[in-house]
Parts: sequence; C-alpha cells; structure tokens
Amino acid sequence: MEFGEIVSVLLQGAIVTIKIVAMALPLATIMAFVFGLVRLYAPAPFKQVAIVYIEFFRGTSALIQLYWIYFVLPFFGITIDAMTAAVVALGLNIGSYGTEVVRGAIQAVPKGQYEASVALNFTASQRLWRVIMPQALVNMIPPFGNLAIELVKATSLVSLITIGDLTFKAKSLADTTLQVGEIFGVVLVFYFVMAQVLMLFIKRLEKYLSKGLGRGGFSS
Amino acid sequence: MNGFDWDWAFTWDVLPMILSAAKVTLLATLLGSIFAIIMGLVFALLRRSKSRLTRTSVYWIVEFIRSTPLLVQIFFLYYVMPEFGISMSPLATGVFALGLHYGAYLSEVFRSGIDGIEKGQWEASRALNLSIIDTYRDIVLPQAIRPMIPATGNYIIAMFKETPQLSAITLLEMLQMAKIIGSENFRYLEPFTLVGLLYLVFSIVAAYGIYQIEKRFPKEGFSLK
Amino acid sequence: MSAPIIEFKNVKKCFGDTVIFSDFNFKVEENEIVSIIGPSGSGKSTLLRILMTLEGIDGGYINVAGESLWHMPWQGQYVPANSKHLHKMRNHLGMVFQHFNLFPHMTVKRNITEAPMRVKGVSRQDAEELAEKLLALVGLADKADSYPNDLSGGQKQRVGIARALAMKPSILLLDEITSALDPELVDEVLDVIRNLVKEESFTMLLVTHEMYFAREISDRVCFFDKGAIVEEGEPEIIFTAPKEERTKAFLNAYIGQS
Ligand SMILES: Nc1ncnc2c1ncn2[C@@H]1O[C@H](COP(=O)(O)OP(=O)(O)OP(=O)(O)O)[C@@H](O)[C@H]1O
Ligand SMILES: [Mg+2]
Repeated sequence: MEFGEIVSVLLQGAIVTIKIVAMALPLATIMAFVFGLVRLYAPAPFKQVAIVYIEFFRGTSALIQLYWIYFVLPFFGITIDAMTAAVVALGLNIGSYGTEVVRGAIQAVPKGQYEASVALNFTASQRLWRVIMPQALVNMIPPFGNLAIELVKATSLVSLITIGDLTFKAKSLADTTLQVGEIFGVVLVFYFVMAQVLMLFIKRLEKYLSKGLGRGGFSS
Repeated sequence: MNGFDWDWAFTWDVLPMILSAAKVTLLATLLGSIFAIIMGLVFALLRRSKSRLTRTSVYWIVEFIRSTPLLVQIFFLYYVMPEFGISMSPLATGVFALGLHYGAYLSEVFRSGIDGIEKGQWEASRALNLSIIDTYRDIVLPQAIRPMIPATGNYIIAMFKETPQLSAITLLEMLQMAKIIGSENFRYLEPFTLVGLLYLVFSIVAAYGIYQIEKRFPKEGFSLK
Repeated sequence: MSAPIIEFKNVKKCFGDTVIFSDFNFKVEENEIVSIIGPSGSGKSTLLRILMTLEGIDGGYINVAGESLWHMPWQGQYVPANSKHLHKMRNHLGMVFQHFNLFPHMTVKRNITEAPMRVKGVSRQDAEELAEKLLALVGLADKADSYPNDLSGGQKQRVGIARALAMKPSILLLDEITSALDPELVDEVLDVIRNLVKEESFTMLLVTHEMYFAREISDRVCFFDKGAIVEEGEPEIIFTAPKEERTKAFLNAYIGQS
C-alpha cells in the first residue's frame, strides 16, 4: 500500500478520535464540576454519592469501565451503541479525575479571599461564583490540560469495542498489510501532534488569563 | 432481561479462574514496575547529562512516550519488534511497554526528586572529593527517595490499572479471562463486575501499602551500603 | 447612657483542646475607638474574627447593636444563628485585614463596587460614584482601573479600607492593618484612618502594634494577655502609668525595640 493511502485511511480514524474527544471532554468537564462541587459543599447523602462515583471510577480502569458499559449494561435492558458507550465511559472516567482538579483548585485559593467575601457580606453562592471560582479556574487550566491529553490517549481504548478510531484503523491496516512499522509510526506521530496542539492551546490560554485581562482570574 | 439478577452460583464458578488470571496481572505489574523504575532512572540521569543534545533528545523522547497512548505502544512493540527479528511473548511485550510508558512518567518524579536536593549537598560532596557515583549513592539518593515514594507509588498503581490493555495482545490476564468467560457463557455481568471489584480492592490495598511504606521510611534518609 | 454597641457575655472559645477565651466579658460603646494591644497568640485576632462571624463561639453570648450575633430568637428561645441571621448581622460590621485580601481578578474600582452592588443592590452608577469618593479619600483616585497586583502594599491596604467603608458599616474592625507593610508605607495607611475619624464618628476596634498610633487615636486601650483583658483604660494612663506588671513588661519590651 502506498504511504499516501495509509495516511489517508489513518486520517479518517483520526477524525473519529477527535470526534470522541470533542464529545467526551464536555461530559468530563460537567462531571468534574458537578461532583467536585458536590463533594466540597453538598450535605451528607449527596457527598457520599460523589465519593462513591469518584473512588469507583478512579479505582478501576477505563477499559474495564468501557467494557462494563458496553457489554454489561445490555443485561439490564440498557442497550447503547458503541459510540455512546465510548463517550460515556471516557467522560465519566476522566471526569472522576477532574473532580479532584476542581476541588484542589478551589482549595488552593487563599483563605483570605473567602474571609474578605464573608466580611463584605456576600452570600454563599456569590462567594463561590464571584470570588473563589474566577481565581480557581486559572489554577485548573494546567491540570485540566493534562487530563485532556490523558483523554486523547484513552480514546485508543475504543478500538477494542470496534469503533473505527485511529488505533482501530491502524490495527486493521497492520493486519492486512505488512507495513506495520510505517503504520504505527504514523499513528504515534498523529497522537503526539494532537497532544502537542492541545498543550499549545492550553499554554496560550493560561498565559492570556494570567497576563491579559484578568490578572489572576477570569473577570466576569 | 435475563441477566438482571446476580447469579451467585456462576460467580463462584468463575471466581477461581479470574483469580488465577490475577496472578498474571500482578506479575505483569511487578515486572513492569521494576523495568519502569530502571527506565525512569536512566531517563532522569540522561536528562542531567552534560551534553545538551542528549538532554534535549531525551526530553522529547520522554514527552513522546508520555503523550501517546499505551495501547498503541503495546501494538507497536507487538507488531514491529518481530520485523527486527525480535519476537517476544505477550507478557514480555507487555512488560516492556508498561516499563517504557511509566518509565517516562517516573523520570519526571525522579528528576524533581533529585532536583529537590539542596545545592549545598552537592557542593559538600564536591568538597569532600566524592566521586559522582558515591555522591549519588551515599548523599543524593538516600535523601531523595522518601519524598519520591508517594508519586512513584501512584504511578505504579496507575500502571496496575492499565494492565487490562494487555488483553489486546491476548495476554491472559484478568480482563481477558473475564471476556473469554463472558463470551462462552453469554453472561458478562458477573465476570466484568468481579474484575472491576478486584481492581478496586487491589488498588485500595496498594494505596494503603504505599502510605505505610512512606510513613515507616526513615525521615533522615538511610545508608545504601 | 445608651446600651453598648458591642457586648461579650461569658464568651468561651476553643480551638480543639486549646482554650482561647474561657469566660470573656467585654463592652464597646457606640462611637468609641478601642485599641487592643498584647503579645502574639493572646487572642486579639480571634476576638475580631468572632465579631466578623469568621469564627464561631463555644459558649456565652455576644450582642451587636442590640441583637444577639451568634444566636437568634426562635419560639421563645435563643438558638444558634442561621445564615440568614448572620447575613443580617454582618451589615453592621466591616473588616480590614492584615494581608489586605483584595480580589486579584477585579480592578480596584470593582473591588469597591462589587459588594454594594451585589449585596445591597446599589445601582452601578451610585456604587461607582461612591467608589470614586472613597478612592479620593484614601488618595488613590488615579488607581481606579488598576489591578491589585500592580499596587504597592500601602496602596493595597488603602483600597482595603475603601472597600470596607463602601458597605457603610457602623463598626469597623482593623486587624493589624500595617503589619504586613514596609515601615515607610505605614504612615500613609494610618493617615487615612486619622482623617477618617476626624470627619466622621465610627465605632472602631483595632488590633495594632503601632503603640504611638494607639495612643493618639483611641478612646480606650485594652491590654490583652492569654485571652483576657489584663488592664484597660485611657491611653495616657495605660501608656504612662500602667498598674499591672504584665502591661509594664509588655510596653517596656516595645520601648526597648523602638
Ligand atoms: N484556626 C485556628 N485553629 C487552631 N488554633 C488557632 C486558630 N486560629 C488561632 N489559633 C490559635 O489561637 C491563639 C490566638 O490566636 P490569635 O490569632 O487570636 O492571636 P493574636 O493575638 O492575634 O496574635 P498575633 O499578634 O500573632 O496576631 C493562638 O495560639 C493561635 O495559635
Ligand atoms: Mg493576630
């Protein structure tokens, strides 16, 4: 097979990979914020639910979660297609790590900020959304960036439930042609480039936020 | 809706099989950890090399390994190594891949651990005319190890949790076993849930173990002799 | 004589096993300026933080402006205050912090207008007018659009004062507001307070290590040690003829330093 052909097949796979990232990332972000905040501020039963979710998804691995959602849920009468299973599993998995990012970033905001906002008589939600969160968001960007890269890497697992992503395309090409070195070499470079582009974007964002408009936070 | 209830008889049937596969999982983790620690040290020391070319290339190699998927690295080794006449068993391939991947992560831990040693310690070693090997062995590593335990431990647990990916190259570890059982019996609920729970239990136990090791580790360092 | 604006009755406060106040009684009259001096760890900050509702109490009662601070009446009894009650009580109080605690993500002006707008519902126009007035008062009219990180310590603290004043508290709490400043910046901050009390009457409770300032500004000075008032009285008397040995020792140590 010609090199150009290989690349074009792999590009199709890369598009699927990017699609999965584009869907799982928002889900992970939502999970991270909702459960991170619940874990920090919600009363007892909700907090316990959050802890169970977090510990469960962090204590087992993404691939098992993916298989569980894809192969076991049908036994409960919930049949979902591979793509949905992939997005849900990866979103929940990365989201569980994200909760700790949210929590850590909020706790890293100096205590004096909270105290000043009490002294100025802000309500609890104003304290969080107007004072603490704008500063915490800046702290969150680098660790969220790392998680986004972990997500890109984790998408390769979806090839194991027959989704035609970059890794899947590579493996099927490798099984049919003999140019395995070229194929996997190109695939690794593809993933590497995706990660570097993400990294660049994150660095930019961080720089913009800390030097530009906000100086130490998002201004609203 | 046939699988809605948990089948205990089936559970007891499959548990021994899964536990026997757990041995493979643990073996892969153990060998992978040893290899990863060695690779991590090699990378970390090369990053401190005098040659700028070495430093930069090792930086990019580590960056490359860290930002590409483990699964693809596993496939790469599995498919490409035989091209060079090296054919390895799935276990050896898996250990190699895990060690390389997590060695890249660990090199960062080791690097910052070594950087964390005060400049004065290096200078004092210099003043005492210790060789570079003696300096590392007697002065730097004994002090650097304790602060590196938690991060190293976390990466080893992370590695353990990624061993199911070795099922992709037919290594008969826990997940692969569960998958085979599941497809033979048309019941995935029990085997997959068991595997998930076993991972959860193992990682909790391991996290506790690491905490204990860190706690017991002498604060003032120790002598490597 | 009218009722005191602040009153502590048998207040108890612990941090875990450490008892800070075991049976603390204390009063401040309206428009009185009270300085609190004393060694480190004696509970001075804790006193102000309890008033600002940043710390709870473990026993006793505190009245502020005729109402219980940490308790509220409910079905004929006093029960621990809920957040609504605390919100109401905080309207009486304002605080300036040792480490300024300005909001780094807001401009100076925004630091001052945010609370009046969000908490009191003041219109943006009114809040900004007030902010300009206060910034002129603290001598920072030209810094309205700067960010806190671009200001000197003294300037930051003057913004901190303006921010607290914008909420128009009847009681102002100042906790070592010049301790984090370089010596040459101390007076620009103290001058703001001097001018402030010249123009308006305030109830003010200040913890300070600037003895000369305490002496010139206060109506009363309290010497604190180990969670109790060892000696209190007019500044002239405390500073020139203290009765208690511990006060003498403390003040001598200070004179020795400067
Ligand atoms: N959150 C807390 N948890 C535990 N102990 C505390 C806490 N805050 C204060 N303390 C202790 O309470 C005592 C009184 O503290 P406080 O800050 O009121 O002292 P202070 O008189 O303001 O001293 P300084 O002059 O150093 O500011 C100290 O021994 C301090 O260690
Ligand atoms: Mg204090």
